[in-house]
Formats: sequence, structure tokens, C-alpha cells
Amino acid sequence: MKHLDEYRDPATAHRYADAIARVTTRPWTLMEICGGQTHSIVRHGIDLMLPEGITLLHGPGCPVCVTPSGVIDAAIAISGRPGVIFCSFGDMLRVPGGAGSLLSAKARGADVRMVYSPLDAVAIARDNPDRQVVFFAIGFETTAPTTAMAVLQAEREGLTNFSMLVSHVLVPPAIEGLLSDPDNTVQGFLAAGHVCTVMGFWEYEPIAERFGIPIVVTGFEPVDLLQGILLCIKQLEEGRAEVENQYSRSVRRAGNEVAQLTLARVFAVQQQGWRGIGEIPASGLRLAPAYERFDALARFGGIEVAPDDPGECISGEILRGLKRPADCPAFGTRCTPEHPLGATMVSSEGTCAAYYRYRRSEAGSAPVAEATP
Amino acid sequence: MSFDLSCPVPFTATDTIEIGHGGGGMMTKRLVDGLFRPAFGAGPDDLNHDGAILDVGGELLAFTTDSFVVKPLFFPGGDIGSLAINGTVNDLAMCGAEPVGISVGLILEEGLPIAELQRIIGSMEAAAEAAGARIVTGDTKVVEHGKGDGLYINTSGVGRVIAPAPINPRQAAPGDMVILSGDIGRHGIAIMAVREGLGFETEIVSDCAPLIAPVKTLISAGVPLRCLRDLTRGGLATALIEIAETAGLTVRLDQKAIAISDAVRGACEILGLDPLYVANEGRFVAFVPASAAETALGIMRSFNPAAAVIGRVERRRERGEVVLDTIGGLRPLDLLSGEQLPRIC
Repeated sequence: MKHLDEYRDPATAHRYADAIARVTTRPWTLMEICGGQTHSIVRHGIDLMLPEGITLLHGPGCPVCVTPSGVIDAAIAISGRPGVIFCSFGDMLRVPGGAGSLLSAKARGADVRMVYSPLDAVAIARDNPDRQVVFFAIGFETTAPTTAMAVLQAEREGLTNFSMLVSHVLVPPAIEGLLSDPDNTVQGFLAAGHVCTVMGFWEYEPIAERFGIPIVVTGFEPVDLLQGILLCIKQLEEGRAEVENQYSRSVRRAGNEVAQLTLARVFAVQQQGWRGIGEIPASGLRLAPAYERFDALARFGGIEVAPDDPGECISGEILRGLKRPADCPAFGTRCTPEHPLGATMVSSEGTCAAYYRYRRSEAGSAPVAEATP
Repeated sequence: MSFDLSCPVPFTATDTIEIGHGGGGMMTKRLVDGLFRPAFGAGPDDLNHDGAILDVGGELLAFTTDSFVVKPLFFPGGDIGSLAINGTVNDLAMCGAEPVGISVGLILEEGLPIAELQRIIGSMEAAAEAAGARIVTGDTKVVEHGKGDGLYINTSGVGRVIAPAPINPRQAAPGDMVILSGDIGRHGIAIMAVREGLGFETEIVSDCAPLIAPVKTLISAGVPLRCLRDLTRGGLATALIEIAETAGLTVRLDQKAIAISDAVRGACEILGLDPLYVANEGRFVAFVPASAAETALGIMRSFNPAAAVIGRVERRRERGEVVLDTIGGLRPLDLLSGEQLPRIC
């Protein structure tokens, strides 16, 4: 833990905040991609340390938030089929689709189990040969390699009772989608350190060049984030648009080639729906033809993935950085973690959840006033 | 207690009971405030502490009840039996009372091995003896196979109040110091590690323990105890939020002073859990006037060297019953909705 403490040291953090203030001469708008970064920023009050005029927008990097509600409804439908054990990561369980959440399906009697790894789901399939075991495969390039490993493991063991509902998404096409939006205001990106640990950052170089935008691969601790912000603002101030790597203790340019090869073997790239955002070309993964027999939708049949109906929820605009939670009339009133209107309020990485938990009464404007004791 | 004059919020957003209703967070609070409290005619202060104080012919008795549904039944540092006795003994201790008699209600599932039951009963006996408590009455029911997790236990306890002054959140006052009796998060992580088969390098052992001895020592040393609370489900944050809310005060916490073992911290980092909200079964917080803090801390350290002053009570801030010092400024802590769920990546 000592290693981590260095990156949480208040004195170091304040030194970086001072450096940011020194190099900043005009307003800039940055976006952190990853929901884990959003939570760290809000939890540690990083945004409160930045000079006026520096705006942090919170990006679409919450895997739970961008999973289309139609896919969640399909998950609930599959979990209700006779004999099914439905396995999911913990923070997906509470997210509402159009017809409740997996937790409410569990409360009604479905056998929904929380797992920590897709390989746990494979083990459940091995131990329950007379049951159909389905894994809900969601997440970015960080979780996709373990999903791929689970497919390969199930194949190796010859399991015929294991399948998965796949809704994996990819970061670079989402960044391109955001930058191509005429409403875009983002001038620099903090790329997600964990995703780049797997994928490297070579994929981001053409994006930085094509759109003339700085991209800094950034970690998750307070000092990481401040360092990433500093590098990004320096580039903007100096008129550079490069890919830089703040998170060099974990990320290499090439990334983890073994994981990338595994992804390429098990999955094929496809157009993908993002909750609240819509379809983005080449931004999702589906099982490659050689592994299609593990596709739960094909195995169970008769389950339609309906298009999203966001209703009152503005999570799409929040995920694109066009609005903040405070801009939503339902925030903290009709929409709370107990009764969420959209996924950004539920997931532990969701922007609305972060603001609800850490900044409820002001929804992100000013720091807590110091009261005299 | 503040009153909201706006339209009443329905006490639950779901039409069935979900796991989160038992998590000790906002969902539990809504159920208690929206259904139980009005139905049982309870006042704003009733049901808000670990036990009730009853005046029986001039003698003050503490009365408390608790149910135990832990899975697995056995875990590093204890089992459901020791948990059930310590839980009730500790609730009495938090009322400033020593146990007089404890009842045990057992709900057994068909198929539970007798050997396991013997082990659990044995550890209940040992826990009661260690706490100086007697098990005086009980009940046994059996449910069909598949209708229970082997064994559920309810314990209730009656205790004699030995503290000279009332101990409850209303007694807390600005300037009071908040002392935590040891490191936090062990029980919740120990249970999760066994239940989910998570292998950590170091085995994390539950903190399950009776708290009557430190409380009695504090009382006999004459420490004016304003409020005591054992940290169970919902962890340190939930306990402090409930106290501060009832007291109408703010607790300002010093994050660095809160002891968390490296093993628990590491597990929480990996799982994306906040240790401030992870369950404990042998830790408590004491609110004492600043003048008595040093004496109280000395006594608590003699029982656990990791005891520390973790914060102080202030007049109520505009928002936030409990605030935590962070790098960028003060951050309010809130009740979680239901249970903490591990994150994806």
C-alpha cells in the first residue's frame, strides 16, 4: 500500500495543482474518459483544486452506464428462462433496463449470481452440468480479455452449458464519435490508464493527429490525475496535440500483446449501441464466427434486444459531456440511487452517482464552506 | 430531527423486498422510517439506538434484539454462534449496560449436520461466558430443506444499565471527540473472502469480539460517555451518519487517523469497496468530551493499540452530517443506498 500512498500524498497533489495554475493562461475543457477517474476526481475533490476556467467533463467510460437498456432487458429475460443460472459483475445488478434490474429479477426468484471474474461463471457451469450458465459480458478493453479467456476455457473443457450475453465496447471509436459531434466542446482527453494497459496507446496517435487534440494516458490516483491534467494543459498552452503517457508505471505503447491477440481471436468488431448515445460504428465486440456457439442470444432464441427509450433521463448528454448532473431536473429528486432513471445514477462509476454521493446538495459547483466549529 | 413538509416519498421504490433493504443504508432507513416507526407508534428517538432503555420500577434496563443470517456459518475469527452472542452483548454495552440474560431463537434447516450445530452452540456458550452473560431462554424451529441457509439465529438481551448518565446520540455535543476502538473493515472482508472464494495473500480474520470489557472499564474510570455505537453492517460511516443525524450535529473525520490494515485496504482497492462502509463485529466508536479524551483513549488503547481519536463533533454544517478531510477539501459522507457491490474494473 505504501506505493499507492505516494500517489495520494496531499503535499504532492497541491504542488501539481500549483503547477497547473502557473501554466494556465486561459480556459480549457478536458474530458476524463474513465468512470473510475471520474469517481476519483469527485471523491478526492480534484476538480476543486483546479484554476477557474478549467472544466473537467466526465466521459462515457463507465461500462455499466453505456450498456443499452435493451441488452439489460434481454439479460433479465434470459435469467427468467427455466434452469438458467445468470452470472454478472456486481455493479451491473442494480442497473435498470426498461423492465427492472437483475436485482429485482433475483428478488422475483431468478437465479442471478454475482461473480468477480468470467472464469467464476465457467466454474459454475462445470459444477452444474444440468443447468445453463450465462455470463453477462460487459465492459471495455479491460474486461474483454478475461471474457475471451472464459470462452477459450469453456471450449477447452468442452462445456456445452455455458454461454454469454456480450455487450463489450471499445474506447477509441467512442472518442472519435465524441470529436465528430458538432456540439463537441472537449479540447483535450485524459485516456483511461487501465484500458491502455491492455491496448497500449498506439491506437490513439492517429486520433490526436487527425483531430489536433492532446490525449494523455492517465492513472486513477489524485496525483496521477493532476499530473495528467498538467500534461494536457501544457500541450494546449503550447499548441501541441500529441499522445503522452502519464501512467508509465503500468502502460507501454504496445500494450499487452497477448491480450490483444486473444481478443482478436475470440471477438469480431461490430457497430455497437451505447446507452444514451446511440450507435457508434466499429465500437463493439461480438463473438467471432468460430465461437458463436457461446452466444446466449442465439442459444436461447426468441429474445429481442429492443432499442433504447431514455425517457426523462439525460444520461446520453452527460456521457458526452454536454450536460452535468446539476442540469438535470430529476437529479436527486425523481432520480436517486434507490430509484434511478438511468444507469449513470446507479453504477459505482456513473457520473450522476458520483455527484449524488459526494456532491449532493450542490451538484458540483462549489466546495463545502468551512464553518467555524 | 428535521421534518420535511413536502409530499411524502414512498418508503420503497420497489414492490418487493430486495437484498438492499437489509443493508443498513438508505433502503433500510426508508423501511424503518416509512413503515415500522409509524406502525409501532415510535417517537423520533425510538428505534434509533442499539437498544431501548426501559425504566422498570426505578431500575434502568436495556433491551435489544438482533438476527444473524451470515453465510458461511464459519469464517476466520468466528462463526454465526459467537457473532450472535457478541452482537447482542455489544448492543447492550453500547447502551452502557451489562448483560443480565440472553435469549436464543434458532431456525434450523433440514439437513444441517448435528456436528456443525454442536460447534456453533459450543461457541455461543464460550462467547456468553467470555462476556459474563447467561443464556436464559430459547426457542427452536426447523424449516424444510432449501428454505434457509443451514441456520439462522435471533438473540435478544436484557441488561442492567451501569452508566451513570444516558448514553445516546442526543447527548453528543460540539467539541466532543470521536474515538474508534481499532482498525476497521475486517469482518466484512473476511466474510466476503470466504463466501466468494477470494484468495488473498494474507488471511483476513474477522474482528468479531465482545465489547463489554472496554465499556465497563471506561465507565468505572469515570469517563463521561456521551454516545457509543458498535460498527456493524454499513460500517463506520453509516454508524456516524446515523448518530450525527439524530444529534443534529456534524462529525468531522480525519481520514488519516482511521486505522485500516494493509490486507483490508488492498482487498477494498481490488474490489472497489469503500472500507468506511464495510461491516465490523468487534469495533465501536465512543463520543466523549474533549477533557476526557486522553483518559478514554488510554483505556481503549489498552484493549487495542490501534484505537485512535478519528474526529470531533461540530455544530451542524449546512450540509453533511459527517464530513471527511480529502486532498481537495471537505467531502460529506452519505448513507449508501443498499449494499456495496464490487465494481467491474
